[in-house]
Amino acid sequence: MIDTSFLASSLATLVKGIPLTVQLSMISVSVGAILAFGLALMRVSGNAALDLSARAYIFVYRGTPLLVQIYIIYYGLSQFPALRHSFAWPYLREAYWCAVIALALNTAAYSAEIIRGGILSVNAGQVEAARACGMSQALMFRRIVLPQALRHMLPAYGNEVILMIKSTALASTITLMDVTGIAAKLVSESYRPIEVFTMAGAIYLLLTFIASHGFSLFEHAVTPDRRQPAPHRPAEPPETLQHG
Amino acid sequence: MSLKRIIAASVLALTSFTAQAEEQTVRIATEGAYAPWNFSAPNGTLQGFEMDLAKVLCERMSVRCEIVAQNWDGIIPALTARKYDAIMAAVSVTPKRQEVIAFSKPYAAGINGFAVLADSPLANMPGTGESYSLDTQETAAKARIAEMAKVMKGTATGVQGSTTASTFMDTYFNGVVNLKEYKSTEEHNFDLMNGRLDAVLANATVLAAALEKPDMKGAKLSGPLFSGGVFGVIAVGLRKEDAELKAKFDAAITSAVADGTVRDLSMKWFKVDVSPRS
Repeated sequence: MIDTSFLASSLATLVKGIPLTVQLSMISVSVGAILAFGLALMRVSGNAALDLSARAYIFVYRGTPLLVQIYIIYYGLSQFPALRHSFAWPYLREAYWCAVIALALNTAAYSAEIIRGGILSVNAGQVEAARACGMSQALMFRRIVLPQALRHMLPAYGNEVILMIKSTALASTITLMDVTGIAAKLVSESYRPIEVFTMAGAIYLLLTFIASHGFSLFEHAVTPDRRQPAPHRPAEPPETLQHG
Repeated sequence: MSLKRIIAASVLALTSFTAQAEEQTVRIATEGAYAPWNFSAPNGTLQGFEMDLAKVLCERMSVRCEIVAQNWDGIIPALTARKYDAIMAAVSVTPKRQEVIAFSKPYAAGINGFAVLADSPLANMPGTGESYSLDTQETAAKARIAEMAKVMKGTATGVQGSTTASTFMDTYFNGVVNLKEYKSTEEHNFDLMNGRLDAVLANATVLAAALEKPDMKGAKLSGPLFSGGVFGVIAVGLRKEDAELKAKFDAAITSAVADGTVRDLSMKWFKVDVSPRS
């Protein structure tokens, strides 16, 4: 029933889509993280205008499907002749940049709330103590708040990155040949959806495994305080080992 | 009559009886985004050449038909998965598809052409207004294609993915143009109009209908029309094991082609006759 040579040949074709999938994920996650950091700062700034505009942005981007956002950016914006004659058109003309923009703007909204949660989780007493020591706002943020916020938000942020890797599959709806795009083409040529989509799923599984493993290593590295202390063993002279 | 014959006859009667009981309702899938073959009208109903033809065929087969809409890229897998019993969605008969599903007798011929913007350098490609059969005039068609390839080199061309149009581009324009595949013809028409694409290749009847709409003002057909070869003929897609249903469709289509019904419907929807010759 399952034809292994077909599985192997479709895997070989699907692998060619990995660079695009990885690129889309990495660029949109990095750009999204920078935007998210700005949005989170706006949210906790205490300035009503900044807070409200960040809230509105997050409300819109979290409240609408990513597919709809991709369609609006790819097909919607191109309907305006003014935009087609603007400096942005060389980029918006390309499906690649439309996908990157849509993915980055989307993940920014989710990540902003994760970062805000991390910032707010820092003990208020520590903030007060930092102020009492005479630290400036920026120094306190950099030395006291940010390192702890980072540790608190890592598990949730790791989730978001994994979601983004899978969301790049939607880029295939606007002509991009990522892993899913190639899979859809293979299925339409071979009419064997089970084999092809299973292989495509395995590729995503591998990518998300690498990402989640990377995050747990990073989390382990930045949270030495949460590790169990190594049991204390007094050093023994090497001779005693040879008795055994 | 020997005993063997009686048994054979009664088995046949029994199976045809049960088959008839099952086939009271035939579910036919269409794409609903391929005007004027099949499309969703503003009021939400499915209409078009194939919907009218389906009605005629179902009457002649004396079965009740149910029409369902299904995305193009899953239309064949869903047939084999028994989500419905037949496909009438301008499906061209190709060897690759024949490996997976069966086809009835053809009810139309596939004719394809390029559309471009009237103010683009591709506006008057060699062979505009001509028509070539890839079966009988292949050499002449290839000569024209070679001339077109010089003009089209490096341009972005859109086709609907997994169609005979994409097969044609892969066969004759491989490496010449930057080929982009879309989920539907409506989507590549959008990108032709906003300048992302320099040309689109699609079924000529579909393009002609789209070009009449105000949103495609400024676009036109360019280069020759191609038929036969990879474009083949259009038929009802059926599961291989449903031989009985195929026999019914074959008989109904043969009679509808013979008495001119298909031609009349074709004139009504396309203003050209796409009914299969011979």
